[in-house]
Amino acid sequence: MKNSIWQSLVVGALMAVAGYAALFIAPDEKTMHVIQRIFYFHAPAGMVALIAFTIVFIANIAYLINRQPRWDWLAVSGAEVGIAFNSVVLITGPIWAKPAWGVWWAWDARLTSTLVLWLLYISFLLLRDLMADPDRRAVFSAVYGIFLFLDVPLVYFSIRIWRTQHPQPVILGGQNSGLDPTMRKVFWFCWLAMTGVMAILIHQRYKLEQARHEFEELRLRAEQLSAEEPGVSPPAGAIRA
Amino acid sequence: MNPATGSERLGLVFEQVEKRYGALTALRRVSLEIQPGEFVALLGPNGAGKTTLLRVAALLVRPNAGSVKMTGSAADSPELFKSRVGMVAHSTLLYDELTAEENLHFFARLYGVANVASRAANLLAAAGLTERASSLVRTFSRGMRQRLAIVRALVHSPRILFLDEPSSGLDPQGRVWFAETLAALQRDGCTILASTHARDEVLRLATRAVRLEAGRVVSDSGSGGNLELILASLQAATQ
Amino acid sequence: MNAGRAAAIIVAKEVRAEFRARELLNTTLIFAFVVVVIFSFAFDPTTAESRRFGPGLLWIALLFAGSLMLQPSFAREHANDTLDALCLAPVSPFAILLGKIAANFIFLSACEVLLLPVFAVLYNVALLPVLGRLVIVLMLGTFGLTITGTVFSAVAAQARMRELLLPLLLLPVLVPLLLAAVEATAGLFAETPELQWTWLEILIGFDVMFFTASWLLSDFLLQE
Repeated sequence: MKNSIWQSLVVGALMAVAGYAALFIAPDEKTMHVIQRIFYFHAPAGMVALIAFTIVFIANIAYLINRQPRWDWLAVSGAEVGIAFNSVVLITGPIWAKPAWGVWWAWDARLTSTLVLWLLYISFLLLRDLMADPDRRAVFSAVYGIFLFLDVPLVYFSIRIWRTQHPQPVILGGQNSGLDPTMRKVFWFCWLAMTGVMAILIHQRYKLEQARHEFEELRLRAEQLSAEEPGVSPPAGAIRA
Repeated sequence: MNPATGSERLGLVFEQVEKRYGALTALRRVSLEIQPGEFVALLGPNGAGKTTLLRVAALLVRPNAGSVKMTGSAADSPELFKSRVGMVAHSTLLYDELTAEENLHFFARLYGVANVASRAANLLAAAGLTERASSLVRTFSRGMRQRLAIVRALVHSPRILFLDEPSSGLDPQGRVWFAETLAALQRDGCTILASTHARDEVLRLATRAVRLEAGRVVSDSGSGGNLELILASLQAATQ
Repeated sequence: MNAGRAAAIIVAKEVRAEFRARELLNTTLIFAFVVVVIFSFAFDPTTAESRRFGPGLLWIALLFAGSLMLQPSFAREHANDTLDALCLAPVSPFAILLGKIAANFIFLSACEVLLLPVFAVLYNVALLPVLGRLVIVLMLGTFGLTITGTVFSAVAAQARMRELLLPLLLLPVLVPLLLAAVEATAGLFAETPELQWTWLEILIGFDVMFFTASWLLSDFLLQE
């Protein structure tokens, strides 16, 4: 418990500094001014989501190798947190795009890929939702999860080629084109802070899953104990009309 | 994979087998050793774990803990194991949309049986289904399906047989035929593990009775083949 | 028994069963046809537009029809627990999976053979000059679709709402395949037909990666 509080305080402090840096320390961007600052959260969130999904992939493989439930807990935690960060990307993207490009959504490569990624891992969670038996759920969602992760590079690659072959809206300077050194420092600091938030969220979600599992174990134990008592008798006797 | 030869005598060892389905524990640390050639009657109320034990034995289900091993044979691969075991299950394990003949041909090929056509014809004749060989299984009566299910299990001449309430659905003639078939298999040295909870002629052939309750072995008449003990177990089973 | 031989035996069984009833083939073909026609009402298929929308339409129809057809692939083995019968036999889980994939590929290809001429007529597309290359694209795309669809059908069979679930599991994953297949097909239907290698590479990459993954994970797919 104490550990959690310390971790939260540290990460909270990091985020506070990151926020301050993004809003006040980073120099003003010459074309978009204040709106551009959303970039310090938009892009790192996308990277953090990918880290979370990589964790899911590793957890899936680990589970299939040694069948220890904690890998399944890690997988579901990583997936949920990854989707959360992905949602941040998908929300901040249009917020930035409207003033910058004049449209909410321009089907640009990175945002479209993020959308597909979001759909992929929502399907992952949906699959888990529709399976009741924990062992079976763990195995089959792990298999599905592995396929999903293998699909990710294909998604990025194919969408990028797709977008280079079709007319694009005019983008006011690519998001990573020639970052001023201070901007770069703020960017990476925000990324660090968000990775910290990700780690904490995954950890908390993992502990929740662990607690659920322990609850189930206790319930099982209680049932077993009551089953051992001579309680249930076979059906006997005629049914009265 | 070559089908079994008639001389092999194979046994089975269950070691601390545990199987859970979510909140339900079907088998709790079951240990059992079945000698080659034994005919074990598996008894117990509904939900005792008999079907699960048979499915674990047939390698259809992976236990959460423990193991199942075959004894009396040199090699140890799952494929070898499967080529030596046959199962008559709750369901018929037959394709309704194929004919009786096509079903047997398919499974014979899958098991690598030599002379598929003649083997299938012999089995159909034994089961009294020759006239209906080219009819779709969908058109069969319950009794006919069960007969076909039984010969399907025997298509590759297994040395270990798992039977899950095999007489259910059989007509009286079918029951007689089935008892005779089992007796012949027993004389031939097949090891048989049969789950049943009714008064069943099949039980008369049993050399051992094991009773399961709530996933545990609660009584075992032992490999000695003591008829009195088995009869006593049967008494307990039908109460 | 090696996987190839076992798979061949299973394919023969699947084909025999399907061609007797032809329920699945008929329904899939009609459904694909219906999708093509219905979409036409939404998109006004004049000749100029049809060159642009045609390829997308064709592949969407195939994807939808495919994802509905692939669900029964494993679900059908639940009747009379025949999947248990397959697992009881001394054949590897991969052989069973391969047999199902091959059978589904044959069925879907059969639908395409019948759908393609109809599509060409409705959309005034000249198929013959590009037929060879189109077949390559169709085969690569169909292969990717059947691998993924068959594997996910085995996954969905374990869950509730499996008929609705399979398309949900399948379609997002197939985005790269859809893109590549549509773009490659569009390249062939263009004024100057051209087979674009980038898209073919993506299709081949998809097929190889997912086939390998299926092989490595087949043991887990069929166990209880």
